[in-house]
Amino acid sequence: MPPIALTLGPVFFHWPAERLKDFYFRIADEAPVDRVHLGEVVCGKRMPFSDPVWPDLIERLERAGKEVVLSTLATPMTARERRSIEDLCGDSRLVEINDVTALPSRTGKPFVSGPFVNVYNGATAQFLIRRGAQTICPPVELSLAHIAAIARTCPDTEFEIFAFGRLPLALSGRCYHARLHGLHKDSCQFTCEQDPDGLVVDTLDDQSFLAMNGVQTMSAQVQAVMLPPAEFAAQSVRRLRLSPHTCDMVQVARIYRSLLEGNEEPERARVLLSNLDLPGALVDGYARGRAGAEPVASP
Amino acid sequence: MELVCPAGTPATLRAAVQAGADAVYCGFRDETNARNFPGLNFSPQEMAEGIRFAHDHGSKVLVAINTFARADNIDPWRKAADTAAASGADAIIAADIAVLDHMATNHPGTRLHLSVQAAAATPEAIGFYADSFGVRRVVLPRVLSVQEIAALNRAITVETEAFVFGGLCVMVEGRCHLSSYATGKSPNLNGVCSPPEAVNYVEDGAGTMAQLAGFTIDRYEAGKSTGYPTLCKGRFKAGGKTGYLFEDPVSLNAGSMIVAFREAGVTALKIEGRQRGKGYVTEVVRAFRKAVDAVEQGGTPTEIDSILASMSEGGRQTTGAYRKTWR
Repeated sequence: MPPIALTLGPVFFHWPAERLKDFYFRIADEAPVDRVHLGEVVCGKRMPFSDPVWPDLIERLERAGKEVVLSTLATPMTARERRSIEDLCGDSRLVEINDVTALPSRTGKPFVSGPFVNVYNGATAQFLIRRGAQTICPPVELSLAHIAAIARTCPDTEFEIFAFGRLPLALSGRCYHARLHGLHKDSCQFTCEQDPDGLVVDTLDDQSFLAMNGVQTMSAQVQAVMLPPAEFAAQSVRRLRLSPHTCDMVQVARIYRSLLEGNEEPERARVLLSNLDLPGALVDGYARGRAGAEPVASP
Repeated sequence: MELVCPAGTPATLRAAVQAGADAVYCGFRDETNARNFPGLNFSPQEMAEGIRFAHDHGSKVLVAINTFARADNIDPWRKAADTAAASGADAIIAADIAVLDHMATNHPGTRLHLSVQAAAATPEAIGFYADSFGVRRVVLPRVLSVQEIAALNRAITVETEAFVFGGLCVMVEGRCHLSSYATGKSPNLNGVCSPPEAVNYVEDGAGTMAQLAGFTIDRYEAGKSTGYPTLCKGRFKAGGKTGYLFEDPVSLNAGSMIVAFREAGVTALKIEGRQRGKGYVTEVVRAFRKAVDAVEQGGTPTEIDSILASMSEGGRQTTGAYRKTWR
């Protein structure tokens, strides 16, 4: 049984360049993750801020022995955004596609199919594998049982589950941060930068429910899928994806690594996780085939 | 321009055809289509009869098989596609690569339309579906402005279909998991959004709370009429503000933009509402039939507006993302 790998997903939030640098330098030096995704996935308007910092970060991470994956935009609209996808798809590194827009320019070269691409069954997975998909991270609403059913039909492909972080639930043409501040998307003033983990959306009776992040809507709660390594392997899961937040992600990675090495039981790992400064309570309903907001079975 | 109208039942199909639909769209009575509600949709026999009726009256039938095939059993989707093709459907509307691939391989003679659930909004994405499966028409996501649609049409070789009336999804369709996050049931997997079995109205001293799977989606004062708790159109609190943070409880009416759609190169206009009754469908289809005919004959926007005026009363309406200011 090959060891289960740890992936650090792309940062979904609008972090300033300095924060990105500090974050990834520390990941390079300290985080026990095998693969690191870099790139702007949520909003093309943010790209001019982060684009200049990626080359240094790629070099630093690769020198530290991490495999770097370049993540592409999930909802490209403008000509500039489409060109940036095409440019990234030409790179010799592994690329994560998050929209079918990237497929024509990446076909024939290895890619990761990200959680924004609708892979719901084996036939779709096999179609993408024939075009170069090497790792598939299915949509977050799929249960582990369904992911296992897909994985069984393509045994040579790595399946990755969204194991940690606020769940990416929806994307829109409209920017909700701008709307909240009485602005339009075209003149948004980048107010999403004020909320480095997204802004919690409560119900009218003050229950934390969702989180807004520009054009993206996320869960307010934090997904935390934790199983003994043998159970992950039995479900054909070969990678766990950890989605970056402002909490101590090195520590998050260490907790998951201990879990995967069998040094920590899931229950204790969850306690360790919940002791960190997380943006919300732990949920894992989707993995169990339930509503995504259902709290973890044994907190 | 082709007027594409909803048919949730055989009776609505006949009503839409008689009211002047160029095409109706409908689905089978199961999870293979995105309006999987009790009491709606067609058995294979009803589908075959509906297609015969429509063809006898000069209308087309487009069969929606537009949810994503289930990982542990893809057969119902393949069977639905086979049945639709055998019944003489004029096109299959699909979103899942598995369904599109099955159609292209096994029924190359049947026209394929790309469902809005596939969320294809760029020339590259649309080109991929056209090249890979021979898709002939794309139903556009409701997040593009008319200017963007015009630019898109200049860059692609397939037809486009735009929603003109009915529901308004504010999230990119086919990539929204809000419903399954709260209720466990989703558009992509189950063909439902904010499903009725998860809805609960709770009375307290001050009024009524509309809840979805225990989450309060909106609150109404005593005596006020309550709305349906569709997740993205609820009232929430964030950043010290309370209100409809994603979208107001409005529906889409882009009737005032028919001329603009035509100028943007849109081939077909789609009316949403497969869950609606015969009377509603008749009224809406008739009005849009007149408006589209007026546009085709060079009518003015004022004339079109007056034809559609009766439909703007009552419920709140918007032209959504078609006007850029919506964002």
